[in-house]
Amino acid sequence: MLRQASSGNLAVEAVDLVKDFNETRAVDGVSLAVPTGSIFGLLGPNGAGKTTTLRMLLGIIDPSSGTRLVLGRDRPLEAAQEIGYLPEERGLYPAMHARDAIAFMGALRGLPIAEGRRRADALLSEHGLGEWSKKSIRTLSKGMAQTVQLLGTIIHKPRLIVLDEPFSGLDAINQARLEELIRREARAGVTVIFSTHVIAHAERLCERIAIIAKGKVAFDGRVDEARSRLRPIVRLRTRSSEGPWQAAIPANARREGDEYVFELPEGGPEPLLKALIDGGAGIETLAIERPGLHDAFVAIAGNKAAAEMAKEKPE
Amino acid sequence: MMRFIRSAFVIARRDFSATVLSKTFIFFLLAPLFPLVFGGVFGTISTRIASRNERPVIAVVWNQSDFDRLAKARQEMSDALGDDQVVKLAPFKPQADTDAQVRELLASRNVPVRAVMTGDLAHPHLTGSIAGDKGTAGQLRMLIDDARSAPAANTALQVTTVEASSGSLSTDRAVTAQIAQTLLFVLSILLSGMLLSQLIEEKSNKIIEVIAAAIPIDAMFVGKLFAMLAASVTGLVVWISAGALMIQMIKHGGVATLPPPAVGWPMFLALTIAYFGMNYLLLGAAFLTIGAQASTAREVQTLSMPVTFGQMLLLLFASTAIGAPDSTEGIAAAVFPLSSPLAMLARAAERAELWPHLLALLWQALWVAIILRVGAQLFRKTVLKSGPRRPWWKLGRA
Repeated sequence: MLRQASSGNLAVEAVDLVKDFNETRAVDGVSLAVPTGSIFGLLGPNGAGKTTTLRMLLGIIDPSSGTRLVLGRDRPLEAAQEIGYLPEERGLYPAMHARDAIAFMGALRGLPIAEGRRRADALLSEHGLGEWSKKSIRTLSKGMAQTVQLLGTIIHKPRLIVLDEPFSGLDAINQARLEELIRREARAGVTVIFSTHVIAHAERLCERIAIIAKGKVAFDGRVDEARSRLRPIVRLRTRSSEGPWQAAIPANARREGDEYVFELPEGGPEPLLKALIDGGAGIETLAIERPGLHDAFVAIAGNKAAAEMAKEKPE
Repeated sequence: MMRFIRSAFVIARRDFSATVLSKTFIFFLLAPLFPLVFGGVFGTISTRIASRNERPVIAVVWNQSDFDRLAKARQEMSDALGDDQVVKLAPFKPQADTDAQVRELLASRNVPVRAVMTGDLAHPHLTGSIAGDKGTAGQLRMLIDDARSAPAANTALQVTTVEASSGSLSTDRAVTAQIAQTLLFVLSILLSGMLLSQLIEEKSNKIIEVIAAAIPIDAMFVGKLFAMLAASVTGLVVWISAGALMIQMIKHGGVATLPPPAVGWPMFLALTIAYFGMNYLLLGAAFLTIGAQASTAREVQTLSMPVTFGQMLLLLFASTAIGAPDSTEGIAAAVFPLSSPLAMLARAAERAELWPHLLALLWQALWVAIILRVGAQLFRKTVLKSGPRRPWWKLGRA
């Protein structure tokens, strides 16, 4: 039924996914629609249900209820050869050579082992690890091993890449490389889904996001739609400390040092500017800022979820 | 189906390479040597100890001519039964005070005397600590009867030797059956520990997530099982070749002198490999399922003991088929899936029909599939925490 209802331009579609572990409901009615060729971010604090949702989408575990359609198939394992997956907990066979580890991951997805080795050598050279090709995994640094696993995720040229907390444990240089790799895959028409608890990555990369909190989807849409839920923020600094211009400042404005910070009134910037000038405010600086995804996240998921994410290890 | 086989092959190739190309595989190949070496060492030691310990004897206080006739009778019995099986005799000249001589001999520290026989061949009398030892007195009665008979009275028996008779064959085949069962049992004991820990590497490396997202868990189980089967068959070929070479070198006449199985040597060897494969796959599937529930090496070690006891019970059950493959116990052991390969191998040594083997192999293959299926579902359910709460009879969808 879901197969028939599915639109052809969706790489992943999930409807009312529920997952119970004994008495605990880890995912509670998650519905997602991921357009083909997009970069889709799954945001939420640890324990929100991101990994469980991804594992259900990949067919590692079955949902307790609900349906999923991945690359047109309701049994995700049938589409496994067109999917690449980087789990949150990275793992490779320590005794394997780097190229063999990558080729093995390709072979799991149907790529012939000889072709996998050939591609692995090329990819390793491209990522500056050419000389490590025939070294065993146990001799690589953690960052190198992560790169090897990432290359194993894309070795078979998948149509859908699922990355669970891919930036976790990477240094700044490798994070930038990974961001570039994700963008490059998306430009090639590959759909990329990644989960993260670091909003900055989602803000830089994603066209669409879903915010998950306590197992439920709090928001699913474009990043600018999330932002547009909030009014722009005005930051104002005046030369005059008092005067009739103060009537133009909303009652809920807060002071941050010398600045007034408040949401742009519904009338827009022009009436505000006119009232400030006419009231003799002596405008020193006035900035109208578009709200960031973090602000949107706070507004959507709540301060508590945002605080939990802030507590987690920054990348 | 092709994808399933290809997926299983990817896992099997990785595991096989990782096992056979590792240095530790050399120890695996050498494993059967250890019991041989230990057997040799302890055998030599026990022989030395046995030779040092003087065995208790029966002191015979008779005149020389009577003793000679008794000793001759003993020699004949010894030729028939083996020297160790017949009481030892030591001659002593009669002294004036017979009672004192008996007491002295029973207390002797130089020769361990179990009992003293006084009197003569016509009127023998035995004194000693032989309460409950009916064998010694019984043997002595037979020897005395024999010694009393005139040599002419001994029945002359003409002997014509043939290569085999039904009696000798059934005994020899039972020996073959027992050796084959024991060999299979020892091999499965060797492999059980390896199988129990098969999934620990993937679970501790976290690579299980990558595998579970790419291929069906059933394919991973099958791949792992066949990788270990291939590795153990490699070992088996080495061991059988080395064993045959040793027998050829040590035993006069070589392997041809071994007790012949009922189905003939070529078919028996083929069935040995087939039943080894099935025994391995059946126990392997069960061990893989049990081991998959363990998260750490410590848990695997804890599981090893009950698994080993379970194997010994299976061997005991299957051994009821030796000598009586058509008995109720023999058929039950052949039907029960986990003891079936052992029981059927014993049958191959003792019965010539081949059709029961075809049936048994199909039956065992069916159970391999069932155990693997249940094992994979259990793994998904308990380790990967997958699936809705379904009753076990609906566990079918991968």
